[in-house]
Parts: sequence; structure tokens; C-alpha cells
Amino acid sequence: MAQVTKGYPLVADVRRVVEAVVRASYGRLVSYLSARSHDVAMAEDALADAFVAALNTWPRDGVPNIPEAWLLQAARRRLIDSVRREQTRDANATVLRRTLLEAEQLTTTMRFPDERLKLLFVCAHPAIDARMHTPLMLQAVLGLDAMAISEAFLVPASTMGQRLARAKAKIRVARIAFEVPNGAELAPRLDAVLEAIYAAYARGWDDVDGADPGRRGLVEEALWLARMVVELIPDEPEALGLLALILYCESRRSARRSPAGAYVPISLQDPETWSAEYWQEADRVLGRAAALGRPGRFQLEAAVQSAHMEPARGGSVDWDAVAVLYEGLVRIAPTIGAWLGRAAAVSEARGPAQGLALLEGMPQDALVQHQPYWALRTNLLRRLERHDEAALALEAALKLTGDAAVRRFLSTGSSRSLPSSGTATGGDNSAGCGK
Amino acid sequence: MQYAILIYEPDDKFDDRQQPDEGAFWGPWRSYHRALLDAGIYVGGSPLEKADTTATTIRIRGGERRVQDGPFADTKEQLGGFILLEVPTLDVAIEWAARCPAATYGAVEVRPAADLSRIFGPGHQGLPSRG
Repeated sequence: MAQVTKGYPLVADVRRVVEAVVRASYGRLVSYLSARSHDVAMAEDALADAFVAALNTWPRDGVPNIPEAWLLQAARRRLIDSVRREQTRDANATVLRRTLLEAEQLTTTMRFPDERLKLLFVCAHPAIDARMHTPLMLQAVLGLDAMAISEAFLVPASTMGQRLARAKAKIRVARIAFEVPNGAELAPRLDAVLEAIYAAYARGWDDVDGADPGRRGLVEEALWLARMVVELIPDEPEALGLLALILYCESRRSARRSPAGAYVPISLQDPETWSAEYWQEADRVLGRAAALGRPGRFQLEAAVQSAHMEPARGGSVDWDAVAVLYEGLVRIAPTIGAWLGRAAAVSEARGPAQGLALLEGMPQDALVQHQPYWALRTNLLRRLERHDEAALALEAALKLTGDAAVRRFLSTGSSRSLPSSGTATGGDNSAGCGK
Repeated sequence: MQYAILIYEPDDKFDDRQQPDEGAFWGPWRSYHRALLDAGIYVGGSPLEKADTTATTIRIRGGERRVQDGPFADTKEQLGGFILLEVPTLDVAIEWAARCPAATYGAVEVRPAADLSRIFGPGHQGLPSRG
């Protein structure tokens, strides 16, 4: 059980631990069956009842010695039915029957092969609609149902169900390869996998209060997936970078709201409220990544986060260093977030006028609907004592702010500048945890 | 598994076919075709004559045959040819499609050929060919 609790150090709830084991075994089985049959939907279908049965009985009866064997046994009837159905349609029936036999033999060994990495790469394949990478991963690898996924992404359940079905049909009919890419292919393909996991995390992060039941689990799922990737490809610096990034953000989760429910930006958070266990693990993970000497986007984002955590280590934020990190991000992964982060960091390191100059050099049409841009602009104009312009910027920011607590915080900013270690935006976004 | 590679080319590229055999236009195509043959994956295919001047579209509606001058879709890029390949996965088909000269100046669509044995039962060989 020690192996199982790795990554869930704070979980006292036995049920949740067992659920994690069920999901891991389910994921390994779906991956194995999908990889052999090229049919994700068939594998999920065959294992659906067994999955539910395991969730219901293992907490009560204990986790079986070889979980995959238990699941396969419970799924046997439906798998045989699948084989019969395939037989009447397809020359591939023999593949399916052989797969079932192989799987059963493998479960007599203690180490069922872990093909989840291949399934992750399939879910994030360029031939799959990019919007569906995250939902597919959540369903195929983690066993989340379409309803839960649709709630998290604010899409009607039937729409999400249809899109998932379409994506899986594409995998089967077009015969997307179940392979780990190699050579020059690996970096961009892995980036797509990490992006999809990050999208799940960002979606969960946005739900600051944890009030949205649809999104509550997303953070855990994303962290679980990030850990899985690191476990499955041990020496990939960007995978380590993503895990570190998520851990840093998670370490600050409970600091984002005051006890009264007010929004607290990172600059005003009490480092004592940050989870040392999480950010110290993040430090170690990022250290491993850095030692591999291949910088990348997620490592840079994690490094920015790490710089923001300096108060927890007894120091203060080195804004020049943060500005340099954002320079790197602007160069290799130029997103609006990177540009804004750089402007904010420069404003802290060299004064609001320089930060504002950078802001004004950005392409304006992309920014007009972007709340963090207006929040940063408001703050910089206030610090430059250009209050009329600041008021206009504040108006624009408030209009775009959905979160009531953030709105309140922005409104009370007045002309006082934030303490010098401030994130200048009122939306936590310069800290790179949300999208 | 068979995949169709559908080749879409802009109008003006069709005119480039007038260029000499070893020139900038035909050179890459000859190399590509040779590579497909050497890899043993070429099942068939053909370039097509220019769409706007040579295509004819036929529909039957309400029992009535309608014959129209011109291609199915009047778009800036037209179907310029097709290739059938035999390769094991979509990823391999994509690799070959990416090497098609039209990928650089037009667009290339990859679509799996339909496996009719799923409908008609195993052992089905597809639609009868000539002979």
C-alpha cells in the first residue's frame, strides 16, 4: 500500500486510496487492450462493469493481489461477447481473442505491462481534435465519465459524449498508432501530452473556492497524470517541469483566500500558509529537471513559480531573475501570459514606466478581452499616478472579472501601490498557474 | 491498411505541369513517386487534369439527371490527384503524405480506405476490379 499512497501523502481516507488503485489498474488494462486492438471504446466498454464492481467491492474486501487479473476476470463475459461480435464483422476478431488470452496470461505474472504512456500519446495525437485531448485523457486513462468531464468543461453532457465517441472512432477507423514517438518526434508529441494535462490543471485552478463540484477533482486528476508521466518516462525534463509547476501552484492553494473569503494575491500571501511538503517536493523535481540540461517551457514556468516562493525560503523575490525567465518564455513559448508576466516582472525590477512600455508594445487586439492585461495596466497606471487612465482600465478589468472576490480586491486597490513583491495583476495569472 | 492521399493544389500550380520533366515542378514529384514504389507501399493513383476546365459534375435529383460543367466544389484549391497506399497505421500514412510535394504548396488529405469486411463479413475483398 506504501507504493499506492505515494503522491497522496495527506489522504487518510482509505476509500480514496483504494479508488486510486482501481483507477491505476483500470488505466493499465484499458491501455493494454486498446493498444492491441486499436479500439479504445471497445476496451472501455468491456471493462466498464468490472470497473464499477471494483470501486464498490475493493474498499470492503481489500485490494486483490493482482488487481488486473481481478478486473479481467470480472470483464471476461463482456470481452468474450466483444470477440463474438467482432468475429461476425471483422478479420480482427483473432487479434481480440489473442489479446484476451495474452492479457490473462500476463496477469499471472506480478507485473502487468504498463501501456498507459502509449495511450496518453494517442489521446494527444495531432490527428485528434485538440479540444478533445484533455477530455480523452481523463476518460480513457483515468476512467472519468462523460458527465463529470462535461461539467468540468462547461459543455453539455451529450455534446461531450458525442465528441468523445467521435475521437475514439477516429482512433479506431483511421488506425492511429499506439506507439511512444521517438527521435525528433518525441519533444513536440510529449509537449502535446503535457499541454493537455496542464489544461486540466488550469481549469481546476480557476475554481479558486472549490465551489464548482465539476472542477474539484480536476486538480487531483491533473496532478495524478503529471506524476504518471514522470513515472512512465523518468528522464524527460519537461515532464518534470510540469510536475514541479503543478506542485508549486498546489502548495499555495489554501493561501488564495483569506479566512473571510477575500481574494489574496500571491504578493500578500503568508508564506507560512504554503504547503512546505508540496513546494519542497517541487524544488527537488525541478532540480532533477535542471540537471538534465534541456530547458523548456514548463521548466521555465516552474522556475518562475519557484522564484515567487522565495519568501518561504526566508528571502524575497528576485524580480530581475523572474524577468529573465519570462524573456526565455517569450522566446520559446510566446503566449499572452508570458508577455504579461514579463511586463509585470520588469515593472517590479525596473519600475512601472518600463512595465507599461512593454504592455503598450503588445498587439492590442489580442488583449482587449483579456482580464489580466487590464488588471496589470490598472496597477501600473496607479503606480504612475495616472489616475484617470487607471480608472478606465479598472472599469475594463472589472467587466471581465467573473470572480466576485477578485472584483472586490481590484476595486479596493485605490492609489496605493501593492507591496514591492507584488504580482501586479489581480488575477493570479502572472503566476502562471491558470491559463 | 489502405489509405487514400487526396492532393489539393491551387489553380496556378496546375499550369506548372507544363514545365520540363527534370524541372522544379516535376523533379520532386518523380522522386516522391519513386520513393513510394521503392517502399513497396504504392497501390495506385493518378494525377488529374485541371478541375475548372475539365471536370464535369453529375447529380440525379427527382429522377432527373443534371450534368454540370465544373468540379464538385468551386474552391481555390482543387483536387489535383490521388494516391492509394498500403501502410500499417495512420502515423505512417501521415509521414508519407508529408513528403508529398503538394504538402508544401497546397494541402494533402489522408483518409483511410473503407474496410467493407466490417459490413459484408470477413473475407470480403472489396468492390470487384477490372476483369
